[in-house]
Amino acid sequence: MKNVRAILCTWAALLMLLALTIGASFAPLGPVLPFVSYSIAIAKTALIVWLFMEMKTRDGLQRLAFATGFVWLFFLFTLTFVDELTRSWIGH
Amino acid sequence: MAEARAVQPQFPTLERQNDADHLGMLIFLATEVLIFGGLFAAAFTLRIEHSAQYAMASRAMHYWLGGINTAVLLTSSALVALMVEAVRAGRARLAGWLLGGAIALGLVFLGVKVTEYAIEYRDGVVPKLSAANLHGGPHELFMELYFAGTGLHALHVTIGLCLLGSLLWPFGRARRDRTAVLAGNAALYWHLVDIVWVFLYPTLYLAR
Repeated sequence: MKNVRAILCTWAALLMLLALTIGASFAPLGPVLPFVSYSIAIAKTALIVWLFMEMKTRDGLQRLAFATGFVWLFFLFTLTFVDELTRSWIGH
Repeated sequence: MAEARAVQPQFPTLERQNDADHLGMLIFLATEVLIFGGLFAAAFTLRIEHSAQYAMASRAMHYWLGGINTAVLLTSSALVALMVEAVRAGRARLAGWLLGGAIALGLVFLGVKVTEYAIEYRDGVVPKLSAANLHGGPHELFMELYFAGTGLHALHVTIGLCLLGSLLWPFGRARRDRTAVLAGNAALYWHLVDIVWVFLYPTLYLAR
């Protein structure tokens, strides 16, 4: 049971990040809000993946297998945004 | 877990077999990331195309219900992580109690979700079924995405609860397997369900 402390600290950090993301959504951030929201979501995911899913102690092959999903997700988002965010440039 | 832990003929050692079991689960979870990824890409597109209406639709959501559910799932995930530790330490009984707690919180999540759907039905913002208060196309698209996203997620929560429940029965012996192969894989699935919600929450509830 050597990781109990780490798990409880992670849990506390996750709840603090949740409070932070709710608080930030009420702050007058305007167009910056999505960047703040998703940065916090990525931080939470990093904590869950690294400590709860134990990527910290897994070997390279297992880390790579899980990372592939996010790599393809990155392609999907990049290509989507390349289209969506540049439509106004050609007077769409 | 005697027969399940036997080394199958294609593996030279039990350790290799356990690694392969985890690897298979992680590859499956990578595909799950992509299933939800499509829904998020659709949500981002809608948000870029109709920023004002998207924010308006999101402000109408019950963010505190979503917030409670986020806390519930994060806590449930922590209990499952502790459960895996307990299994490794050979404390099957403690692991059983932690599983019970995690499952109870998962059921609370589904209960809150159903309550929220009922409130939305009453508010008249459910496309097709009770659409009295939907304001235009983007609002309807937002609510369709909301029901598709949270509905698919709720399905995953249900499957996750079945997986966790299977460690109580019929695979209760898995809790005495100190390599925690089955318990660890069920835990991985539950954590992924948690991660999906971590992104669904700001996407649907906190866009202002």
